[in-house]
Amino acid sequence: MSTAYKRIEFDQLTVGESLPERQFTPDNKQLFLYNAVLWNAHRIHFDYPYATEVEEYPGLVVAGPLLGDWMHQCVEEWLGSSGRLTSIEYSNRSASYIGETLSSGAIITQINQDTREVTLDVFIKNERDEVIAPGVATTELT
Amino acid sequence: MSNLLTNELMSTVGRTSEPYRELVTRRDIRKYAIATDSRQAKYLSGDEAPPMFHVPLFWDVVPLDELTPDGVSIDSLLPTFPLKKAMAGGLKIDYLRAIKPGDWLTATRTLSAIYEKSGRSGALIFYEVVMNIIDDENRLVIREKTTRILR
Repeated sequence: MSTAYKRIEFDQLTVGESLPERQFTPDNKQLFLYNAVLWNAHRIHFDYPYATEVEEYPGLVVAGPLLGDWMHQCVEEWLGSSGRLTSIEYSNRSASYIGETLSSGAIITQINQDTREVTLDVFIKNERDEVIAPGVATTELT
Repeated sequence: MSNLLTNELMSTVGRTSEPYRELVTRRDIRKYAIATDSRQAKYLSGDEAPPMFHVPLFWDVVPLDELTPDGVSIDSLLPTFPLKKAMAGGLKIDYLRAIKPGDWLTATRTLSAIYEKSGRSGALIFYEVVMNIIDDENRLVIREKTTRILR
């Protein structure tokens, strides 16, 4: 599925504005394909008995970098062709597991009228509304 | 501060990996875009690489017998740390140029810092690895700094 994006009116942006949130419910198939393209054989992502009995996780662990992808996507889907994402900084604070629904979102925190740079707080939240991956993204609008 | 950071350990700061050159293909971009649930046509078609595509492009391709029993590969850039338990880490990525199919990219990783902080439950070791990715014209395409915490 692909989406068409509206052009951003820079002058109408405000600090505190939220970007559209998106929900993700990663399943075994997606996690398999994601780790396959990475060549990542870490068993906590696909071997349920190993993940739960040896590593004592409550389930199969969603690969941490995938949350980073979703933060980028949140910002880029908002940007469309109105600019580009120049930098992102984020951390993975706690793990998430297959079966959980996560959501991505962002809030505008700074708008530089001179450089047309817009800074956003980005996040991935779990179903309990806890931010499990916070970040800061920097964009340049054209 | 404890004396976790021995001279021997600190002497590994600045250690750099061999440059690793890889070809960007449309097929690999498409697989990555699908696996990450991208909704952007330019990525799904493979016309351009999405952000973070450098992660699969430069993930270490190791033979089966070099994987540990839990399925991970040993990062030869890193020294043996006195603390073993990995905690959450962070990432900073600067994007300087778009990546397209047909591009040859070269990544070089450097262990750029090791430092210690005291956490609630004792000492923590932080280390940072910087990966610079350049194209065949020597232009910087991506700069990534990873910070990992050990306890």
